[in-house]
Amino acid sequence: MTDLLKPPVHVEDHGHEEHHGPTGILKWITTTDHKVIGLSYTITAVIMLVIGGMFAEIIRAQLATPNGTLVSLAQYNELFTMHGSVMIYLFAGPFAFGALANIIVPIQIGAPDMAFPRLNALSYWLYLTGAITMLSGFFVTGGAANFGWVAYAPLSNSLNTPGAGADLWIGGLLLTGFSAIFTGVNLCATIFYLRAPGMTMFRMPIFTWNMLVTSILILLAFPVLTAGLIMLYADRHFGTHIFSVAGGGVPVLWQHLFWFWGHPEVYILALPFFGMVTEIIPVFSRKPVFGYKGMIFATLSIAALSLGVWAHHMFTTGVVLLPFFSIMSLLIAVPTGIKIFNWIGTMWRGEVWFSTAMLMSLGFLFTFLIGGLTGIYLASPPLDFFTHDTYFVVAHFHSVVMALVLAGMGGLFYWGPKITGYLLNERLGKAQFWFLFIGTQAFTFPLYILGLQGMPRRMAIYPHDPQWKGLNDLSTVGAVLIGISTIIFVINVVVSWKKYPAGDNPWDGHTLEWFTTSPPPHHNFYRLLQIRSERPTWDYNHPGHRALAHGQHEAHEENDSEVPAS
Amino acid sequence: MQTPALPPQGATERARRWRRLRRAVALPLAALALSGCTIPSFGASPGVTSSSKSVFHLWQGFSIGAVIIGGLVVGLMLWSIIRYRRKSDRIPEQSQYHLPLEMIYTVVPILIVFGLFAATLVVENKEVANPKTSVIVDVNAFQWGWKFTYPGTNALVYGQTTQNPVMEIPVNTNVRISLTSSDVVHGFYVKAFNFSRYALPGVDNIFTLRAQNTGTFFGQCTQLCGLYHSLMWFRVKVVSQSEYANWIASFNNPAAEAAAKAANKTTNQQTSSIVPSKPAYTNFGVN
Repeated sequence: MTDLLKPPVHVEDHGHEEHHGPTGILKWITTTDHKVIGLSYTITAVIMLVIGGMFAEIIRAQLATPNGTLVSLAQYNELFTMHGSVMIYLFAGPFAFGALANIIVPIQIGAPDMAFPRLNALSYWLYLTGAITMLSGFFVTGGAANFGWVAYAPLSNSLNTPGAGADLWIGGLLLTGFSAIFTGVNLCATIFYLRAPGMTMFRMPIFTWNMLVTSILILLAFPVLTAGLIMLYADRHFGTHIFSVAGGGVPVLWQHLFWFWGHPEVYILALPFFGMVTEIIPVFSRKPVFGYKGMIFATLSIAALSLGVWAHHMFTTGVVLLPFFSIMSLLIAVPTGIKIFNWIGTMWRGEVWFSTAMLMSLGFLFTFLIGGLTGIYLASPPLDFFTHDTYFVVAHFHSVVMALVLAGMGGLFYWGPKITGYLLNERLGKAQFWFLFIGTQAFTFPLYILGLQGMPRRMAIYPHDPQWKGLNDLSTVGAVLIGISTIIFVINVVVSWKKYPAGDNPWDGHTLEWFTTSPPPHHNFYRLLQIRSERPTWDYNHPGHRALAHGQHEAHEENDSEVPAS
Repeated sequence: MQTPALPPQGATERARRWRRLRRAVALPLAALALSGCTIPSFGASPGVTSSSKSVFHLWQGFSIGAVIIGGLVVGLMLWSIIRYRRKSDRIPEQSQYHLPLEMIYTVVPILIVFGLFAATLVVENKEVANPKTSVIVDVNAFQWGWKFTYPGTNALVYGQTTQNPVMEIPVNTNVRISLTSSDVVHGFYVKAFNFSRYALPGVDNIFTLRAQNTGTFFGQCTQLCGLYHSLMWFRVKVVSQSEYANWIASFNNPAAEAAAKAANKTTNQQTSSIVPSKPAYTNFGVN
């Protein structure tokens, strides 16, 4: 403990020298700085969130009446396909591992940049190109891809879906897929090789741990999708018959390849957001994360299990081994439950401060609990036969992904000040939270009931069952509330622009990023701390308060009510 | 200032707490057990086949578990949010590990999961069993409609989108469905059966139904299959066994025989080409 009272080690001190590089638009285009690339990712991903959200609003408006005529049947198919594709491929993933991980992971482990800065820039440009490629489908004859975000063969072949929209979808996905793979390589290399002295594996913050596991999952899963997409493209244009019965191919193979990527992808999306929440809850409870090592082993076991559960998306195909995939899927509930109990344990006997970031995390916790519990039903084949491809499934995964949106917003409120140097308005942030949280519940709960009443997904109209209108309307109201919350966020960014200086450590943070300046200098640190635990900045600011195991008690020698250093 | 010490937890205090906790858990459980057959439906319905009823009971079992676990977690969350909201700049006890507690919330969920898995297996084995039967229906899905043929008879039902082709089956009889697709992946879903299965091109998907109530039930395609996916409807009519025999016999005339032969020859391309460009009864503004 006394070691921590020593002045911090001066690793490098170039506070006097300025980093000379291009400025303005040229800086954004030519940069290899992970923070600037990360910001580009953040801005692009939030734009994608808004675009995907607008698609969702149109979908919900269409479903507000049983015979909705806002869009045609064909346009509706394009809309939900592109809504899913934009949200999954272009928002959630890139926002997690392109935006926040890119900015935060190197700083959290005391690294000057990512291991391969130029590869990092390439990742961003591939992502942007891929996004534009995929969305440009709307401007070609025949419209954008319209076979659902899962593109099941043979609906996605050239006979059933002719037109360039589908090819642009495949091309865009290949590009963003490579972007994800390169980011995965980069994060792995950064985390394994660029940790500061003293930052052992078991002193890494949970967010960095989760990003490491996410990156490994990316490297295992994305190449399978890439291969599948190339096969699909070959089927469409080069006359192969990999997925067509007529040529001796197997359509279900596409589903296997897709979901072998698709289920790990669920955790590729979720783990970074779990990591964000695991950073936010301890800081705003003023306690170390409860069960730090248990949390890491839970993450590792989620990752391991996630590679063996893909066919639970295919129970109703009748051609997969049900019990194996059922028990593997059910078992994922165990490490996920450990995480939830650890988050509660972190708040337990803490001092919980309801900042916007913390409210978002609590909203995540509740919404994710609902999504997690309903996921357990779907792991049971008989219950999956019952609810498969109904709105029950739609509600389930929207609970999960809306929980991730809540967590991501928490991440922006929490780390935004670090990267920009300015806080966002807390009052507007809280208003945004309540709109987002209540909107999410109002949006998903009616969908659960609709699913149980038998409303199938991907239906542009439901003239046979007009009694579903009431619940659909409630869901549409929820979607509007979510839309309003996004508008509040945009207003918040505008009105808070360079208004509330954050200081280096506005939240009394635990991890290394709160030790450097806001925003951090070109290579992140002027000086580094001695790292003796997973909370170096906390240890430095509160030397008498190290983390304790059960039964241990700290002998307090000095005053407890320290003012957070900032 | 010293950290406020935790209240002393003597053996008596702990016992009292434990008793209170036991009462809090035991009472709702007892109430649930006493209510017996009035277990809430949790939004689902029993349906009309023997396996749909098992699925419904499985649903109820899972839901009771979900409500108890969800209630516990929400309760703990609310307690920690309200009880431990920030009141001062005090730094709380920095406790990080509690191995016994962590073991409990690892091991107990594993046991619950295996319980759920066991219940799943029982219902699943019942549902995927294919007992011997004489009533077989070949169900063929295509863009965008259904064709029901009955091997060994002349019976044929064929209909597109909202024409609602009717699959007639006898009550209290095992009916083996052999499900195929002529083009893309479709979903055979009847709400009243609490069951769905993909119609895959190149795969003969076989399952058995045993309807226990007569009546007409709505079914539709649940797997996105293109433009008219929303309108790919059909009906299942469960009738008495004698009525079913009469219905099958009604096809024993030369015209029906010829129609059945012709329909069996219809290829996938032909079925697609005769689908109307717009549904008959309304214009949905299709491009």
